[in-house]
Amino acid sequence: MGSFTLTHERPDCFYDRFERKSELQHQTHYCPGCGHGIVHKLLAEAIDGLGVQDRTILVSPVGCSVFGYYYFDVGNVQAAHGRAPAVATALKRSLPDKIVVAYQGDGDLGAIGTAEIVHAANRGEAITVIFVNNGIYGMTGGQMAPTTPLGKKTATTPFGRDALNEGYPLHICELLASLEAPVFLERVGLGNNKQIMGAAKVLRKAMENQVKGLGFSLVEVLSPCPTIWKMDPVEAQRFVREEMAAVFGIGNYRDRTATATPRPARPAPPKLEELPGILGLGNGDRDRLPCGETSAVDYRIRVAGFGGQGVLMLGEVLAEAGLDAGYHVSWLPSYGPEMRSGTSNCHVRLSSRPIDSPLVSQPNVLLALNEPSLHKFLPGVEPGGIVLYNGDAIPEGCGRGDVRMVALPFTRIADQIGVSKAANIVILGALLEATDLVENEQATAALHKLVKSPKWFDIDVQAMERGREEMRKTTMPVSDDYLWGV
Amino acid sequence: MTSKPDRGLVEFNSEECKGCGLCVEACPPKVLRLSEQLNHYGYHTAEYLGAGCTGCGICFFACPEPGGIAVLRREVAA
Amino acid sequence: MNAQLTKGNEAIVKAAVLAGARGFYGYPITPASEIAEAAALYFPLAGGVFVQAESEVAAINMLYGGAAAGGRCMTASSGPGISLMQEGFSYLAGAELPCVIADIMRGGPGLGNIAPEQGDYNQIVKGGGHGNYRTLVLAPDSVQEMADLTTLAFDLAERYRNPAVVLADGFIGQMMEPVTFADPRPVAAPPEWAVTGTRESRHNLVSSIYLEPDKLEQHVRKLEAKYQEAERRETRVECWRTDDADVVLVGYGIVGRILKAVVEQARRHGMRVGLLRPITLYPFPVEEVRALSRRARAFAVVEMSTGQLRDDVRLALEGRRPVEFYSRVGGNAPSAEEVLAFVEAKFEALRESEVLVHG
Repeated sequence: MGSFTLTHERPDCFYDRFERKSELQHQTHYCPGCGHGIVHKLLAEAIDGLGVQDRTILVSPVGCSVFGYYYFDVGNVQAAHGRAPAVATALKRSLPDKIVVAYQGDGDLGAIGTAEIVHAANRGEAITVIFVNNGIYGMTGGQMAPTTPLGKKTATTPFGRDALNEGYPLHICELLASLEAPVFLERVGLGNNKQIMGAAKVLRKAMENQVKGLGFSLVEVLSPCPTIWKMDPVEAQRFVREEMAAVFGIGNYRDRTATATPRPARPAPPKLEELPGILGLGNGDRDRLPCGETSAVDYRIRVAGFGGQGVLMLGEVLAEAGLDAGYHVSWLPSYGPEMRSGTSNCHVRLSSRPIDSPLVSQPNVLLALNEPSLHKFLPGVEPGGIVLYNGDAIPEGCGRGDVRMVALPFTRIADQIGVSKAANIVILGALLEATDLVENEQATAALHKLVKSPKWFDIDVQAMERGREEMRKTTMPVSDDYLWGV
Repeated sequence: MTSKPDRGLVEFNSEECKGCGLCVEACPPKVLRLSEQLNHYGYHTAEYLGAGCTGCGICFFACPEPGGIAVLRREVAA
Repeated sequence: MNAQLTKGNEAIVKAAVLAGARGFYGYPITPASEIAEAAALYFPLAGGVFVQAESEVAAINMLYGGAAAGGRCMTASSGPGISLMQEGFSYLAGAELPCVIADIMRGGPGLGNIAPEQGDYNQIVKGGGHGNYRTLVLAPDSVQEMADLTTLAFDLAERYRNPAVVLADGFIGQMMEPVTFADPRPVAAPPEWAVTGTRESRHNLVSSIYLEPDKLEQHVRKLEAKYQEAERRETRVECWRTDDADVVLVGYGIVGRILKAVVEQARRHGMRVGLLRPITLYPFPVEEVRALSRRARAFAVVEMSTGQLRDDVRLALEGRRPVEFYSRVGGNAPSAEEVLAFVEAKFEALRESEVLVHG
């Protein structure tokens, strides 16, 4: 008699006792003959064989295999129904050198989680997906799955699955094979010894792909569900072999493992002290007056016009220059479809005191870049306020004796310097000339900060100067006693 | 005794076996069967007939329970 | 660092990066899209992860994965997207995963519109998902607070192992104000419970399933105890000129700002009006509301929703004082002038002419 050595035994990456279960700690919770147990074993063999137990994170689904974490002695995350690929995506992106496995059933992956699997595959997430297809909802008690073969009676197809009513069985491997990114897609079965041994090889390859740093790998396993199919385990195995495999062709649907290149490693993160610069904070800032170190003023400005006139940008220049000048400032835009067409307006406040409401319902400065804006906002202007209107004259019926109104053809002035889009900055110049809102230098600095192109910056500086000139030629109605709302 | 000794040996863990019979079906030399007796869970567990195991390991892969089956092979004399 | 003129939505992202967040999983939606856009730029530059998900459902579940790995991570959306995320909120709270979600509210229900509203109050503050959980909810009223409360949200999320929400509206998200940002914080090592794919963390499990009733009850009681602790420790509120207030206005977010203008104007008109602005909506400042009820004769809730905040004020007051209510919805904001007119009409009897004389 020679001695025997163990060649096949409980894989190391299974727990010895399933302590997370309260009872039957030596057995799985699966029914006798369930394919999940076999798939678990094949996966465990692959993890052991590749030596990655300490690097593996298993994402378990909703369905019978929800309790994958009872058995696998690896990192475990349990996901919401169908979302395992999304959860796995973030795990893998966060921990790129770890082996992330999403384990899903057919309801989970093929119905409620169709979007998640398609997009994870399409992004080429470098994860491994084990897709157990038994053509039925097991956990919930035998309802139709997206993969239920035509004609099969289930709890929710009592007359048999009818293509007219329930559509056709979903072929996941074929579906995903229409995508460019997946590296490896293969369907295997558990229908007999040969299929099982083939499945073991394929599962290992799908795991190995991830160890090599290749992209998305998915193995679909045609798997028996004897209990819900109401068959004994051997009969269920035959059903997999003869009937499931007839609907879902066993074989490889994508194998680019020979040509796929490992994903490049992420560059090293920047140093902590580099972060403010990366975020655009504190770079090239001028020294500023601290907020509140100004004379007592409260500019409540409304800028309005049509989309494309630079209404929001003009408001931003005012706010930026105001901040530079030591004011408390706020800028509040109208947004949405209005950004693309129709009217556009913004609320700007420059104040020597902390700003309560950034909404300007009663402006003391109105910059109206077109006539509808003048009509809309003029009634709200505070008595004594300034109104600059983009036109040759104040339109009839728009007069108000208690505000200081000036009409100038700002767009035409901008046309004269060759850029009608600079009308907003011409108005800015006029406003600066009419008030002591901010210094020229502060407005220029704001433009410098906001206008990236040197060419446009030069045009804007010119436009601002033209606005000042035109305003100087104009007689502003005087109201010396106006205290800017303070 | 002139017959060659068996190359393999199969061991069952009756704590884990649920009597599904997949190993019996899978075994190429057909040396496994379901026992007449019940384990304390009430399953007819699988058992080895006692001779003829080749140590191929197919039953191990066919068994859905993590540690339901262990397979051993005879060490070949050097 | 000088104060930087910053858009509310961008302030969230910059503050998150400075607070050590390195994962952003998002889906664009107006008026929150600038958050995803800024995250797409800054998170990778900071050595982090940005993924544009296929849906808000996927985004919140990516957040679940990112948080399970132990890193600071976040997402952002607006009403319709937040509705889709409610599944994830429940799972995140159930699995005790810290993370931050920004909700930049828009008009609803349904597709509603993209203008500012505060109609997500109930679905965020009361918990729109299933089960006994809460989210910690912070409501900024300025761009500075968008930054500061994002930082705080990460800290609170970690302290309580629970999702924290920065609940703002389209105005706060879209407007620009000067912001002074905090100094950058290093990325902390993953917490002990995180699943990081190491030998040490191998036994860790992130899950929200407790099949046995006793186990689940125990878990729910544990969550409940956390929320009770948060209620004791984390309430934040701004009381503005409430010391002598006969009427306390209650509003949060942009409405809080508008109400400050109302308070000033009302006082000029001879009414002692103050403002209570909840900064945490959950935990709700119950004690602070009750404390003010000792001096104040009445409360007036102003919100951009139809009484969602008012319900909490009423619950806090338990009938101690009358609660008047003014709201605008659909994307309209109440102007300071209209709220003032409402306050004057409701509380004319409380006007004190002496205040004008001495004021």
